[in-house]
Amino acid sequence: MTTTKPVLLKLLEDPASRRFLAVLTALALIVPCLNLLVPEGSVFHVSTYTLTLLGKYLCYALLALSVDLIWGYCGILSLGHGAFFALGGYAMGMYLMRQIGERGVYGDPILPDFMVFLNWQELPWFWLGFDQFWFAMVMVILAPGILAFVFGWLAFRSRVTGVYLSIITQALTFALMLAFFRNEMGFGGNNGLTDFKDLLGFDLQSDATRNSLFFISALALGLAYLLCQWLTRSKFGRVLVAVRDAESRTRFMGYRVEYYKLFVFVVSAVLAGIAGALYVPQVGIINPGEFSPINSIEIIVWVAIGGRGTLYGAVIGAFIVNYAKTYFTAAFPDLWLFLLGGLFVVSTLYLPKGIIGLSRRLVPALSGTGKQAVKEAGQ
Amino acid sequence: MSLSISHKEKSILYMSGVSKSFDGFKAINNLSLLIEPGELRAIIGPNGAGKTTMMDLITGKLRPDVGDIFFNQDVDLTQYSEAEIANMGIGRKFQKPTVVETLTVFENMELALAGKRRVRDALFFKSTSAGLQRIDEVFTTIGLGDKRNLLAGALAHGEKQRLEIGMLLAQDPDLLLVDEPAAGMTDDETEKLSVLLKSVAGEHSVVVVEHDMEFIRALDTRVTVLHEGSVLAEGTLEQVQNNERVIEVYLGR
Ligand SMILES: Nc1ncnc2c1ncn2[C@@H]1O[C@H](COP(=O)(O)OP(=O)(O)OP(=O)(O)O)[C@@H](O)[C@H]1O
Ligand SMILES: [Mg+2]
Repeated sequence: MTTTKPVLLKLLEDPASRRFLAVLTALALIVPCLNLLVPEGSVFHVSTYTLTLLGKYLCYALLALSVDLIWGYCGILSLGHGAFFALGGYAMGMYLMRQIGERGVYGDPILPDFMVFLNWQELPWFWLGFDQFWFAMVMVILAPGILAFVFGWLAFRSRVTGVYLSIITQALTFALMLAFFRNEMGFGGNNGLTDFKDLLGFDLQSDATRNSLFFISALALGLAYLLCQWLTRSKFGRVLVAVRDAESRTRFMGYRVEYYKLFVFVVSAVLAGIAGALYVPQVGIINPGEFSPINSIEIIVWVAIGGRGTLYGAVIGAFIVNYAKTYFTAAFPDLWLFLLGGLFVVSTLYLPKGIIGLSRRLVPALSGTGKQAVKEAGQ
Repeated sequence: MSLSISHKEKSILYMSGVSKSFDGFKAINNLSLLIEPGELRAIIGPNGAGKTTMMDLITGKLRPDVGDIFFNQDVDLTQYSEAEIANMGIGRKFQKPTVVETLTVFENMELALAGKRRVRDALFFKSTSAGLQRIDEVFTTIGLGDKRNLLAGALAHGEKQRLEIGMLLAQDPDLLLVDEPAAGMTDDETEKLSVLLKSVAGEHSVVVVEHDMEFIRALDTRVTVLHEGSVLAEGTLEQVQNNERVIEVYLGR
């Protein structure tokens, strides 16, 4: 028990983790090769459209992971995590906006087009510094992190839990959406930020940049997975589970539950922010719609369908539901929301542990370590 | 009954004039109680007498409307949160056995094990041989060693009771508040439990709430009878059983 193996090796002892990371690595390496090296006519060629789509899914997967960390392990059902994703996205968008420079429609060297259009004379103070990449990256972490800290501090200290907490997270993202819709806020109003040209000097339209962004998204997902794995496999993770299943018992054992919740909530918000920052250059736009409450609810559906409290289940859920969404919104656009609702109902009623739980039941060998199997059996 | 200041001086727990109402209903009514260091105290009383509410008040789950609650003579417990009070050295077993059902028996024990409770301590926690040894000791005391890798949710009711008592021992508090520990236990388990609690007392102070009179008799210690939120009688089991008001309360129901 008291071995001093490197943390990374310990995390890789879990077969499910190894499988997950192997698939992710393969995806990160093979897809860019099939895009760049295989000629366009070949059946093995992956189009740039598909590459970008998969890159987007990787960002959603990271977002789902961040939600599973708090919901699956600590029982915090956030219906506002889209807000942290959007804040990270806006921080990246502001950097990309300032990179446009004179290439905008109005050709102003400093002011983004929408500010010229609004007749603004100078850059608002909160846009200062965003011409620096490092500053924007710091804000990608700080903006969601600080909001989560303040929100969590107030909510967890006053012991707001359960449905009430879910409702106020939803109110939070709704309020931010309304605020960002306003032109006077200085974030581009309902058009948001778009028409990006390049990132660190690399053309966002070029295949090389797109492949790099795809690869970086996969890398971020892999690292975030390892981080979450470390958090949940440590004693910290067991305290989270204790909070989830026996909150007052945990308090009477002497754990300051509010600090544990606050810490994991902030980590989760930062991961969501990073997901947003990687998403924006790939899709080329960020607008207040990303704050809309329905987006946050969708994340919950991904996690629920994939299987809560397993980390990789959230990732699988994000891929499957978003693939279905891409397909259905093209083929039967009117049906998508009904299907989404239906999926949620079915998974809550019949698949309480999501696709992962189902596959474990069908293929016991997939259930990972022996201990995990014992845990499942006991539930 | 009011307690003089001099009594407070050698107490581990001192409650005086404590009241607590729920929507006008006085669950605890001008309650005074004094537990000496190392004492084993049994508390009995009919359903709804306020025994659990009293424990909620001591452990910071509830705040009294009026009255004093002091730990170790001068720590005013009404000013602290549950976690702070637990860290001061007051441990509690719930009436309804409460363990973390989705963790294993061992993991439950490890969470309860005395030690630092900050977030960063949990993040960088490494089990020590001293800690493992302590857990083994507790398993020897309460049994369940062979079930350490089972999920706590898979245990029988009586086993959960034992696990929760084990967690309390692992937590190693100065004052143990034990709410109906014998419920759901076999006669054999109950007997072992009374021996265990008697051995824990002395070094620790123990307050046990129980309905099972055989168990109380086995504890062979001072008994307090609660009724309608205040102390009705106090003394040996024999004395309180012969107390007319106690007979009235128990038979008059
Ligand atoms: N949170 C609460 N809100 C309203 N009433 C409460 C609350 N907690 C306890 N009560 C009431 O206070 C009274 C005392 O309850 P308590 O649980 O302390 O009794 P008890 O002596 O532990 O009884 P038992 O032997 O059944 O466990 C009961 O009438 C109960 O209904
Ligand atoms: Mg009770």
